[in-house]
Amino acid sequence: MVEDKEAAAKPEVEGVSRRAFMKWSLPVGWVAFSAAAASSLVATARSLFPNVLFEPPQSFKAGFPSEYNVGEVDVRWKDGFGVWIVREPQEFYALIAVCTHLGCSPNWLPAENKFKCPCHGSGFYKSGVNFEGPAPRPLERARIVLADDGQILVDKSLKFQKEKGEWENPESFLKV
Amino acid sequence: MATKPPEPFLTRTWDYITDTQIWKSIFRHGMPSTSRNRALAVMTNVFLHLHPVKIRKSGVRLKFTWCMGGLTFFLFLVETFTGLLLMFYYRPTVAFAYMDIVDLAEQVPLGIMRELHRWGGHAMVISVWLHMFRVFMTGSYKPPREFNWNVGVILLVLTLLLSFTGYLLPWDQLAVWAITVGSNMARATPLLGHEGPGSQLLALGDVKMVHAGSDARFALLGGRFVGEGALLRFYVLHCVGIPLVAGILMAVHFWRVRKDGGISGPV
Repeated sequence: MVEDKEAAAKPEVEGVSRRAFMKWSLPVGWVAFSAAAASSLVATARSLFPNVLFEPPQSFKAGFPSEYNVGEVDVRWKDGFGVWIVREPQEFYALIAVCTHLGCSPNWLPAENKFKCPCHGSGFYKSGVNFEGPAPRPLERARIVLADDGQILVDKSLKFQKEKGEWENPESFLKV
Repeated sequence: MATKPPEPFLTRTWDYITDTQIWKSIFRHGMPSTSRNRALAVMTNVFLHLHPVKIRKSGVRLKFTWCMGGLTFFLFLVETFTGLLLMFYYRPTVAFAYMDIVDLAEQVPLGIMRELHRWGGHAMVISVWLHMFRVFMTGSYKPPREFNWNVGVILLVLTLLLSFTGYLLPWDQLAVWAITVGSNMARATPLLGHEGPGSQLLALGDVKMVHAGSDARFALLGGRFVGEGALLRFYVLHCVGIPLVAGILMAVHFWRVRKDGGISGPV
């Protein structure tokens, strides 16, 4: 019996002992299983974030500055891209058509010179500043720059909020 | 010696049927006559054993139990069945969703399945709240029953989530804006929402990891706003995901009651 134990303790004599094999294979097995399980979970979570979106692109070219009248709120991009282009005497800016109360789409009422949200009655001035209803803050502005070909480029992926002082950022308005 | 008159036709037919091999393979034993055999007939049947063999008299004290838990489960089964029937005619895409619901009322035979499903959903929410209220009033959440109370709360949340996901499927104005408002909450999630506290912490230098196109709300909606992706995801959650989880938790919930000796038993 003693000779057997000695033989088991010297693996180079007759290959690997059963005890040595189990001592090695169990941790390796568990590590492999955990790695497989963890990577499956990560892959499942990742699969929930789609790579392809069937949505209008975040940034788009809005035509040439000359196509917009001074002092007007232009609604031509509102349905397709959710943006109003406003041309004031000094500058252009692009307001994002999402009410800051709960996310409905406000409407521009030219007769009353204000944006009015149909859901709960939030009202915004032409500048986007909230003045009536439950909206807690002004409408957000999208980044607006001049593209290489001279067209206005509106980029909704970058937003500017007045209450954070971000309307000072030169990309939140376009001087032409 | 007079011969016996032949047995009546029906008796003879019945005896013949119950003597066939097919019958004996389905119904291995005859009608049980002893108490023990009657109990065994329920206990060993795959369908019947889901209900206890016997229940205490206290279990049918309606003034005590209100039977709201049972009603909720019954409504869940009604919803499953009516929902299944609706699935034969409803397509969860922006192009078809609204008109399919209209057609279910106007073109499909019977024409009331959508309403039955909707009323059943409302009734289930009401009955689950009444059940919760009853359990509270009768103190049936007290130790050692706290765990089952918590399972019940999760089931309550799942019931409300079923209502929430189902609300989007008709794809009408009510649906789109209600889900827009409801899902906007997700962007304020701490760390995982792009407008929530702590989202800046997960930025790698200048690159924001958690933004409108990669936060929890994005995963929930499958997009930046409620559109094609949201409709399909909510459909899958409503028809498969949440019912599966709810079913498993219901099994736990009912089993806990049985383990404690049946509904409305003493502590």
